Amino acid sequence: MSAPDLTRLIFGRLSLESLPLHEPIVVYTFVAVALGGIALLGVVTYYKLWGYLWREWFTSIDHKKIGIMYMILGFVMLLRGFSDAVMMRGQQAVSFGASHGYLPPEHYDQVFTAHGVIMIFFVAMPMVTGLMNFVMPLQIGARDVAFPFLNNFSFWMTVAGSLLVMASLFIGEFARTGWLAYPPLSDIVSSPDAGVDYYIWALQIAGVGTTLSGINLLVTIIKMRAPGMTMMKMPVFTWTSLCTNVLIVAAFPVLTVCLALLALDRYVGTNFFTTELGGNAMMYVNLIWIWGHPEVYILILPAFGIFSEVTATFSRKPLFGYASMVYATVVITVLSYLVWLHHFFTMGSGASVNSFFGITTMIISIPTGAKIFNWLFTMYRGRVEFELPMMWTVAFMVTFVIGGMTGVLLAVPPADFSLHNSLFLIAHFHNVIIGGVLFGLFAGITYWFPKAFGFRLDPFWGKCSFWLWVSGFYFAFMPLYVLGLMGVTRRLSHFDDPSLQKWFLIAAFGAFLIALGIACNIIQFIVSIKRREQLRDVTGDPWGGRTLEWSTSSPPPQYNFALTPRIHDHDAWWMMKKHHYQRPLSGFLPIHMPRNTAAGIIMGGLSFVFGFAMVWYMWLLAAVSFVALLVVAIAHTFNYDREYYIPAADVGRIEQSRTELLASHV
Amino acid sequence: MSDMTTHVTPGSGGPTEQLLFHETQDVHPANGTLLGFWIYLMSDCLIFACLFAAYGVLGREYAGGPTAQEVLELPAVAVNTSLLLLSSITYGFAVLEMQRDRRNPMLVWLVITGLLGAGFITLELREFAHLISIGAGPQRSAFLSSFFTLVGTHGLHVTCGIIWLIVLITQVLRKGLISANKRRLLCLSMFWHFLDVVWVGVFSFVYLMGVLP
Repeated sequence: MSAPDLTRLIFGRLSLESLPLHEPIVVYTFVAVALGGIALLGVVTYYKLWGYLWREWFTSIDHKKIGIMYMILGFVMLLRGFSDAVMMRGQQAVSFGASHGYLPPEHYDQVFTAHGVIMIFFVAMPMVTGLMNFVMPLQIGARDVAFPFLNNFSFWMTVAGSLLVMASLFIGEFARTGWLAYPPLSDIVSSPDAGVDYYIWALQIAGVGTTLSGINLLVTIIKMRAPGMTMMKMPVFTWTSLCTNVLIVAAFPVLTVCLALLALDRYVGTNFFTTELGGNAMMYVNLIWIWGHPEVYILILPAFGIFSEVTATFSRKPLFGYASMVYATVVITVLSYLVWLHHFFTMGSGASVNSFFGITTMIISIPTGAKIFNWLFTMYRGRVEFELPMMWTVAFMVTFVIGGMTGVLLAVPPADFSLHNSLFLIAHFHNVIIGGVLFGLFAGITYWFPKAFGFRLDPFWGKCSFWLWVSGFYFAFMPLYVLGLMGVTRRLSHFDDPSLQKWFLIAAFGAFLIALGIACNIIQFIVSIKRREQLRDVTGDPWGGRTLEWSTSSPPPQYNFALTPRIHDHDAWWMMKKHHYQRPLSGFLPIHMPRNTAAGIIMGGLSFVFGFAMVWYMWLLAAVSFVALLVVAIAHTFNYDREYYIPAADVGRIEQSRTELLASHV
Repeated sequence: MSDMTTHVTPGSGGPTEQLLFHETQDVHPANGTLLGFWIYLMSDCLIFACLFAAYGVLGREYAGGPTAQEVLELPAVAVNTSLLLLSSITYGFAVLEMQRDRRNPMLVWLVITGLLGAGFITLELREFAHLISIGAGPQRSAFLSSFFTLVGTHGLHVTCGIIWLIVLITQVLRKGLISANKRRLLCLSMFWHFLDVVWVGVFSFVYLMGVLP
């Protein structure tokens, strides 16, 4: 075999030219990331934390730790996704007339693609999954999820996917196709470089994790609820988690197929979405939105659940219309599958089809509106306490209603024909995703942070962040509504008409405010860790909560509940408090727990190598890593010794120390 | 325990109903593996549904190339189909033996199942090789792209099933018919029958409807 052949077999199409050394922005970013990374690794090594991280976190199958790791992943990726947003806002604010801004078009196109992909798949999804992972088993009185190993594996698959996206920043390039990579732009003729392949493999690998985690949490909710917790006694967040996971299991396979067919077109030369030999690109658009529309409900339903918990807790009242809230959630779940075509009314499927999808879209606003009224009626005559989670909830209600109304506007096919692909659309979905999902996540993080770590987040910096985020959001996106109505389309890196510039400057100012908001978030974490003794929660119930997770200590012991709770009401803990419940102080039993395993992180790492090899056509490495993946997976099934018992004496000791802690703070 | 859930504290008179808020004995939630596997199968079913849909959209897009009637051969597929259907029956026998805790007869049935599956795969690969050799490969037209992908995905599933079968045979040989192994055998059983059902769809939708006038 000649030397070039051998190089090709090993390195595929990867060469030194693939490194973007000619793009100063990327080089500076790389230097900064590399320095930061080395510093982080240095700190971990200096404090000898590797063993601790490996044993207690990376190989952990504890749902609480996995949930926290998901949240950290989401937050780190938020920083990346937001830097992309700032770059776009900066470019659009200055790129007028003779000035072409600082981002060349091919770089700008990668930035908006990466922004969308990262924010949806690697910020919103991990955070939503992380909260469900952490909170839901506690709410249903379970000790862990149904398949603890699978949970760890899912997390590392998500990490592998996000690492691939990050790798594309420094090795090669990312897709320049927009976040859904429509063909024919994304086919091998129009996008021959590695960008779309990074996109495909990052999402496929993360998608495996998401689907498995969906199955896992679904079985957990169905099979592992504490005795007495019938379906209509589940907390609303658990209900929305149930519906979200149903959506995940029923939607992600469609994405898998869609991307697999695109990959076949690119790697094998098939003709699914090509413009010749019978291919049909609109089939891709249909398939990806059959996944894509349920996806936005996958994100928003858990946020609705968070708002329900927060509103009831801080209004000191049971949630108004529990049953109607549950039914509204279920109706949204079903309807979310019947609206996908509203993303491309302009396909030209005719008046009847467009009317059908326009009407189903408008119908979704009915259960959503019912939810808004339920939250308002929960607050009505309640003793509302404006703690930070409640502030996020109120900001959500105002903002989301605006986003919902522009959504109904877009659902009218004739109006959509002129607003399609305009900045109006961009403003609309940021309005619902920031105002809904992100505000919900912030509410949830602030609300459950003391449960996870044993101390509250500092309220002062939280409020700074809140006001900056909310006002920044309005400054950043209201101008886009105006621009969209004037007919400005999305994804432009340059404008000729100077009269538009003032609106983009206002939007850039909004992004600046949000940047300050994120800075306040980070300061808030640091300050809270420093002030943790003052912010300590010893009761396990810092907000006067209503659901079961507040009945255990903060942070909860590894086994969550010393004795399995018995449920009589959907506000289980509220009911227990009303009946002057006494914690059990004796009679503990040995607790059956799953054992940690390294298989998940190893398989995640191998998946990353496999994905990277496929992106660069390194067939040898791809084959080796794939076989290794299979071997590790099979070897893991030969491990039958996956569980152990925590002795009753240990449980007693942990509970005794909590008793002492509670007594010392009365 | 259910008989202890509600009892009124004696002498209190008022509405101070005393509820039990925790279990005093060990509560083991039911094992969710079979349910989880069912849900996984349903998500896999959606993958096939999408591939069937793609075939439905593209299955007549011959692009001037060979049509289904010209290239698909029913007699070969009839043999193929019989092998797979038979393998479902033999897996059924294996499960019956498993429930009687008869390890060796069960292993024999599993081996037969695996051999039938391997026969199915061999015939399918021969069909694919033949199609490619006459210039009817997956690149030729959208019809052939969707044909190869739908049938090939099913074949890939059967291949995974065979690998899984070999792993399980090894595990039964090493550990015997313990409950964990029985659970795994039942999961694979569901998987195997599921692939059978999908094949009935492929056979009717792709082969019969493609070839018969």
